[in-house]
Amino acid sequence: MNLLFSQLADGIADGAIYASLALALVFSYRSTSIVNFAQGEMAMLSAFTAWQLMAWGLGLFAAAAVSIGLSFVFGAVLYFCIVRPLSKANLLTVVSVLIGLYLALNSLAGFIWTYTIKPFPSFFPAGHLKIGSFNVAYETAGTVAIISAVLVVLYILFEKTKVGLAMRGAASAPDSSVLVGVSVPVMLMIGWGIAASLGALSGILVAPRVFLNPTMMFGIIIYAFAAATLGGFDSMIGAIVGGLLVGVIENLVGTYVPWIGADLKVIVALILIFATLLIKPDGLFGRRKVVRL
Amino acid sequence: MSLLSIEALEASYGAFKALRGVDFAVGEGQIHVILGANGAGKTTTLRAISGTVERSGAIMFDGKRIDQCSPRQVVAGGIAHVPQGRGTFADLTVDENLRLGAYLRSGPQVKEDRERWLSFFPRLRERLSQQAGSLSGGEQQMLAIARALMLRPRLLLLDEPSLGLAPIITQSLFKTLVAIRDATSMTMLIVEQNANLALAIADQGLVLESGQIVLRDEAARLAKNDEIRRIYLGYE
Repeated sequence: MNLLFSQLADGIADGAIYASLALALVFSYRSTSIVNFAQGEMAMLSAFTAWQLMAWGLGLFAAAAVSIGLSFVFGAVLYFCIVRPLSKANLLTVVSVLIGLYLALNSLAGFIWTYTIKPFPSFFPAGHLKIGSFNVAYETAGTVAIISAVLVVLYILFEKTKVGLAMRGAASAPDSSVLVGVSVPVMLMIGWGIAASLGALSGILVAPRVFLNPTMMFGIIIYAFAAATLGGFDSMIGAIVGGLLVGVIENLVGTYVPWIGADLKVIVALILIFATLLIKPDGLFGRRKVVRL
Repeated sequence: MSLLSIEALEASYGAFKALRGVDFAVGEGQIHVILGANGAGKTTTLRAISGTVERSGAIMFDGKRIDQCSPRQVVAGGIAHVPQGRGTFADLTVDENLRLGAYLRSGPQVKEDRERWLSFFPRLRERLSQQAGSLSGGEQQMLAIARALMLRPRLLLLDEPSLGLAPIITQSLFKTLVAIRDATSMTMLIVEQNANLALAIADQGLVLESGQIVLRDEAARLAKNDEIRRIYLGYE
């Protein structure tokens, strides 16, 4: 019973990180119909940036905040300099460019910081929180708390503010947005900026567990893709639910299916992607695309 | 003085010239209707005014040149455009559509305006929390117009408001437009295929053919014009 509970708790904590990264994918997809394949590497770069800032003397929280802010700028610049000029291009062109960016960022990180793994401090003290007879690691509870807080902020931004409303409008009907005076490029730029910031947050939260190195996001981004696919690539709720489901399923399967264990866990993500595309291609919460001929 | 005056307006899509030297003027508080066959340049005329198509020539609005302005500046200047096919935000609720309509404005007047336009379109009030995409065609058209009015424009451009609507819905829609004009003295420029109804509510009418104005007159006189009756009203 205790094992099941701790696996569930770990699954939710992992899932929260997948959810925030999946949300980053969903943000850029919803606003521009482009899947940002470089999202994982951007998150890795953000984690390295935070590490570098700490090496220069900043505290963990300040370094994280600055890195998340810089990531916002990076995301916005990426939209303006690469995605927007390519918006009329063939989809494969865009995919190739983003995969190129993925490789470039990976090599860049290796070039600057080398491929030796580095420890990354955690926001939370070691030790456990006692809930009844169960133990929950501070890290687990803290990760879930931080991501929940971010989700609340995003909810308020999108549902309660004018800018959020304009961003949703710009993503769903750019032509109409122009006619009410919304500057669509600026809204999409903010969308890509927020996506990059969310990615940075997940990179910084995951870095203490996987250690800092240029390939640290390989194992994470695949789960984020599984989460976004499972939830539906155009649904924010879907990304969150998908992330949590993937986290929990991954941990339970890794623990209770002996032949999978920790080594083959990544297969779970691939099977989830495959099964979703086979059974419900739009995901649990995705809207079916209707194309008018 | 005219609120809107246009001189030598040209617009093209690539090599195709959609407008070839159009000029007309619309007085404050008037309803003008543009008639013409498909491809005559009616929609392009509205797009040229709102800046959503490349154009040249002079467009004066409220004494200022707006032909170099971006769509956003035109909107901010007080011209609201209801495009063909409604142009609502299908994923957003009716209420959110109205709020987004007032994106460039702020203050307590926005709320008052919302109440005011909802009183003209009571059906929308019942559907405030519904997604715009789930509304009927007529309701979507009402929403598109109410959304445009939330800008508090001085000039309303309407592109085929009757498109795809049942005749009875179209009639009540046009009645509402007249009521809005009478209550606010708002200026309207309407593109229509339904010449009968449009001429009945308009002050002036003009007929476009291949990107040029071939006929212009008071609406009442146009409605009696034999050629118009034959081509657009279906009388022999």
